[in-house]
Amino acid sequence: MMSEATSFQEQSKASPEIAQRFPDLHPAFDKQAAVPEANRCLYCFDAPCTQACPTHIDVPKFIKKIASGNLAGSAKTILDANILGESCSRACPVQVLCEGACVMHRYNKKPIEIGRLQRFAMDALHESGAPLPFSPGEDTGKSVALIGGGPASLACAAELRRRGIRADIYDARPLPGGLNTYGIAEYKLTLDASLREIDLLAQLGVNFNFNVMVDAAKLAELETAYDAVFLGLGLGAIHRLGIAGEQMQGVTNALDFIAGYKSGAITSAPERVAVVGAGNTAIDAANAAVRLGAREVHMIYRRGPEQMSAFDFEYEHAKQEGVKFLWHVQPAGIEGSAAVEGLELQQLESSADGSLVPKQETNFVLPVDWIVLAIGQSTHTDFLIADEKVRLERGRILIDRASGQTSNPKYFAGGDCTNGGREVVDAVADGKRAGIGIAAWLEGKDANA
Amino acid sequence: MPTLETTFAGIKCMNPFWLASAPPTNCGEQIMRAFDAGWGGAVWKTIGEPITNVSSRYSSVDWNGQRMMGFNNIELISDRPTEVNLREIAEVKRRYPKHVVIASLMVESKRDVWHEMVQRAEDAGADGLELNFGCPHGMSERGMGSAVGQVPEYCQQITGWVKEKARTPVIVKLTPNISDIRIPARAAKRAGADALSAINTINSITGIDLNTLEPRPMVDGKSSHGGYCGPAVKPIALNMVQQVNSDFTDGKPLPMSGIGGIGSWQDAAEFILLGSGTVQVCTAAMHYGYRIVEDMGDGLLDWMRQKGYETIDDFRGLSLPNMREWKNLNLNYRVVAEIHAEKCIGCQLCYTACWDGAHQCIHMDRPEGGTQAIVTGVDPRYAHNDANPHGKPTPAMRQAQSGKTISTTPIPKLDLDGAGTESSVTPLSRIPRVDVDECVGCNLCSLVCPVEDCITMERIDNGLAPQTWAERVAAGIAPTGAELAANPNH
Repeated sequence: MMSEATSFQEQSKASPEIAQRFPDLHPAFDKQAAVPEANRCLYCFDAPCTQACPTHIDVPKFIKKIASGNLAGSAKTILDANILGESCSRACPVQVLCEGACVMHRYNKKPIEIGRLQRFAMDALHESGAPLPFSPGEDTGKSVALIGGGPASLACAAELRRRGIRADIYDARPLPGGLNTYGIAEYKLTLDASLREIDLLAQLGVNFNFNVMVDAAKLAELETAYDAVFLGLGLGAIHRLGIAGEQMQGVTNALDFIAGYKSGAITSAPERVAVVGAGNTAIDAANAAVRLGAREVHMIYRRGPEQMSAFDFEYEHAKQEGVKFLWHVQPAGIEGSAAVEGLELQQLESSADGSLVPKQETNFVLPVDWIVLAIGQSTHTDFLIADEKVRLERGRILIDRASGQTSNPKYFAGGDCTNGGREVVDAVADGKRAGIGIAAWLEGKDANA
Repeated sequence: MPTLETTFAGIKCMNPFWLASAPPTNCGEQIMRAFDAGWGGAVWKTIGEPITNVSSRYSSVDWNGQRMMGFNNIELISDRPTEVNLREIAEVKRRYPKHVVIASLMVESKRDVWHEMVQRAEDAGADGLELNFGCPHGMSERGMGSAVGQVPEYCQQITGWVKEKARTPVIVKLTPNISDIRIPARAAKRAGADALSAINTINSITGIDLNTLEPRPMVDGKSSHGGYCGPAVKPIALNMVQQVNSDFTDGKPLPMSGIGGIGSWQDAAEFILLGSGTVQVCTAAMHYGYRIVEDMGDGLLDWMRQKGYETIDDFRGLSLPNMREWKNLNLNYRVVAEIHAEKCIGCQLCYTACWDGAHQCIHMDRPEGGTQAIVTGVDPRYAHNDANPHGKPTPAMRQAQSGKTISTTPIPKLDLDGAGTESSVTPLSRIPRVDVDECVGCNLCSLVCPVEDCITMERIDNGLAPQTWAERVAAGIAPTGAELAANPNH
């Protein structure tokens, strides 16, 4: 179960075909581009970019270190606030975070390219071959079990290790990273980059236990064995439509599709693909279908473009990739014998009370070979309900935002299972606060003992 | 229509822009191309006994991504035979009779050697002579260049020898590597110089290679102090030009050809406003080529038109009366900073500058939504039992507060009030406020503010009549500073 000998990065089977079809959406800066961009930063005090970042990376500080040529210090500044600074530099929706908050919007309308500068510093660290610039803290004899190996648990584990607390991660998958490794569009974050980042983090001495499904019984066992438990479960499976034909070949969901092509298991898409949903994951799936060879990709959404949950820039990106949009329609049936041949769609209109109702006699069939569902993820916190381990609300684990502590003091939580599904950086921020929170709680218990 | 034509020490000039004696004026071919580009004159690369140069010769100081803010050289005078230089001077003057060619000279400190060189340069057709008493490197070790300029007696003696022979105007080029540039300027004047030029380059080490530990420019692993020039030296040059041009010790100052960091029409205008009759340019032409002179002329003419000046002489020296000794400044004049909130982008550079670099009178306390955020924490000065004079949170307290806030990515479906930040409007809480009662009017905030006209310095009418330190001393309400008065440097 433990992986000591080979690095995670070596275990990834990068496919050259996928790499060629999913080149960087935001190509890396070279030094000649990064330094002038770094020099453009005004070095704001109490900077809005830092405030907007959920992990509060000291952005002007790391940027000025790029300008001064202190790249090791720049990377250390980033990692000190955000141990997954590399994946965040690539996957973050910077337009609504640091770059969205940049004062340059009000200066010359050109915000500093913070995401690409951050990636430049992180790439430089990896290329230098330098070790992680932090050491584990002096052993406290305490230990924490972390359920789930995604960004929240990884960030939590790093904080724990820096404070001398043992961190044992349990994950159902064979590789660490959760959505970072399995679920982010390859043109944003490559599988390779996700794994090399975790290899670096693992230098703090995190124990990984893969292919372990934690159920109520296993959780009870872990609770007894460890001083605290961190729940970084993420979200569950993508919702199903609840219409006939969903088991048919050719019906899949966005997460399986993305994980499939990232691992190289899926290398092509059929001619006609329909993606149901209009969130950011739906857009990643639609773009991927285009890049994998589909000639006609439709996104199916029951409301209009104003209500779609994807960020504006993601919508624009999908349009540029050639994705088409069908608004105010919802699936009514799936046609086909052995495999999917068409998606029956029903037109919707707003009723007097604002709810959407089907328009009569307007159904039509969209010929498709694949249907990719991306209509939101369920939670998989049911196993926590049985013993009333922690308090939930609509499937989400309730936490104290500042410490990550749940209603059960021994349990802490963070990431998508607590916030309903946000970004990598939000999970990292949650995990970081929880790691600090756990250490403080364990210390407090000692102090009171 | 304004004109750039002017007369300098009796020399008619089509414009006041001369190339300084340096690599851009090394040979006739270069100078003729420079004249084609629009330069009104050129001071030939210093002629003397040919030397041997080292390789490499230049180094520079870059600043925040911009190249050559400051420039340094350890090149010596012309490495070409004197007869070649003189033959080319004759050729240039034959082809460009209206352009000014000044021969820069530096020879051994012997009367007959100087006499011979003056005769030959003038025979070649030079419109004037510039005596290079300024070069700070190499030649000074051989008793020439700044070794002459730094000793007023030598400066006077050699200028005198030259004047015995010269038929054309003699310009003495001064070195800034001296504690009071007025002393050699007076010496040159006593010897009969017709004009001065200033400044030559400043002794410098531009930097050290942190890999090899070798200073730059590197010659076989070693370096030598060089002459600093370029945009970085302009303020030093302006000060020295003003000092000489305001010095009436021996009567009216001599015509001055201003030198030091000039690269634009604004730079030229400033040197002329401080009394320069022509300006000399080197580094900017080395950086961008001769073509820069076009905008120097175009821009200066446009400014003259706007200001209503017809000739260079119309505004030459107009800023000199505005330079005074500190003791003659009005102590009762008061300005305070005003932050124009509608222009503020919220960078808070003024805030941190005022707290750390000035007088702690800019605060972040504009209420947002009617309430003011309460910042908690300990003002470090309390720990030292010092009162916080303003009762306001320190920058460190504010930053600690920000670190504690929980931010999340705005997601449209999870955040009903809509995603995204409103980046076009500065939040009121990020717009600093000036405590005008505490503001001393130092200018710092307005200097660090990146936005034009966002912070202005506004005059406060305090009802007090103007009063200077000198007047206070005369009135007996301020000490005379008797000890300092005995200082020979005052």
